[in-house]
Amino acid sequence: MSERPVYEALRSALLASEPVVLVTVVAAVPQIDSTLSRVDVDEAGPAGELPGVGAKLLVVPPPVGGGGVGGSPEAEPTVIGTIGDAELDRVLVRDALAALERGITVTRHYGPRGEARREDVSVFIESFTVPPTLVIFGAVDFTAALAAAGKLVGFRVVVCDARPVFATPRRFPAADEVVVDWPDRYLDRIASGLGPRDAICVLTHDTKFDVPAVLAALQTRAGYIGAMGSRRTHEERWKRLVEAGADEAALRARLLSPIGLDIGARTPEETAVAICAEIIAARAGVAGASLRDSRAGVAGASLRDSSGPIHRR
Amino acid sequence: MKEIIPDIDRWLASGEQVAVARVVGVEGSGPRDPGAAMAVSASGEVAGSVSGGCVEGAVVTEALEVLQSGQARLRTFGYSDDEAFAVGLTCGGTLHILIEPLDW
Repeated sequence: MSERPVYEALRSALLASEPVVLVTVVAAVPQIDSTLSRVDVDEAGPAGELPGVGAKLLVVPPPVGGGGVGGSPEAEPTVIGTIGDAELDRVLVRDALAALERGITVTRHYGPRGEARREDVSVFIESFTVPPTLVIFGAVDFTAALAAAGKLVGFRVVVCDARPVFATPRRFPAADEVVVDWPDRYLDRIASGLGPRDAICVLTHDTKFDVPAVLAALQTRAGYIGAMGSRRTHEERWKRLVEAGADEAALRARLLSPIGLDIGARTPEETAVAICAEIIAARAGVAGASLRDSRAGVAGASLRDSSGPIHRR
Repeated sequence: MKEIIPDIDRWLASGEQVAVARVVGVEGSGPRDPGAAMAVSASGEVAGSVSGGCVEGAVVTEALEVLQSGQARLRTFGYSDDEAFAVGLTCGGTLHILIEPLDW
């Protein structure tokens, strides 16, 4: 048995970029239950022991997909450590897995046995999710810059192009993976693994490639879909997308084209910054303007919960 | 957390005790989100950060005390009437930081 079993398991999961969730008691103060009479309290005997501050457990979710040898749809998570009470542990494992699924880190409150609507035990549930994926179609100069910028803001970056001469790891050193394939075929293959945190950028600006790529992107759950090109390219592409059967409402709702925030970007590097800025803004649900001109502190109720590094309040 | 693992590993390998401080709550404007982590070795080396540099000094002091006592503690930094919270954040927010010995 390791001297630090929870840390060791957390460490290996983080280094392997595998999802894991750490649950830590941050406060434990017995609460008086006002719904009980004095007699009830006396009859219940002494209150159960509360866990100490720092008590923790780590939950490793079962591998997704299962299948194959040893895979089982009912696979159980691995739990390392204990908060001290079996029932509280059970509730915490359930809530920790739910938080991890949504990718959120949160403090929750429980009774000594995991009871809801009690505040005896405050627990910090910290989700460590796998990095989101940025898929870039088109092996062009803009792609190399966007791959590097995407890494900077925390994406796992995949570059995909159907032309083997251009789609090489040497040309895209920042990419985690370079795939030679047709964009729509590649997206069909990975679609089930893409979710709201993931982004797809179509930089081919050649309707032969980008119309099928955008159509396939719309079939995924990716949170951001952008396509590069001038206004004219954009209009031509829109026409072809509609001709190819794309739903115009879905296009308007999900396709960011021309791609990127309007910051006057010219070079591939500047354009990469404009695209990443748009991805971040889209994820945060904001329009993207100078903080100087933002009236959030005065009127914007929706920005109240913001706690990012750039202080918006 | 991931970014401070190499330093933690190095300290543990050389037999040093390590304390870990994590942001577990933010009220109002705050420089870092919950989960931001910092590690402090018994000899006072530091990895990572929990704010924009506002409270790190105080956290190091607390972390060294935590290594002495072996007891985890929750500390609050920010504007408050309480003198215990003397270290402020210029942004006006409040940070709750859990500081604990890495003995788990």
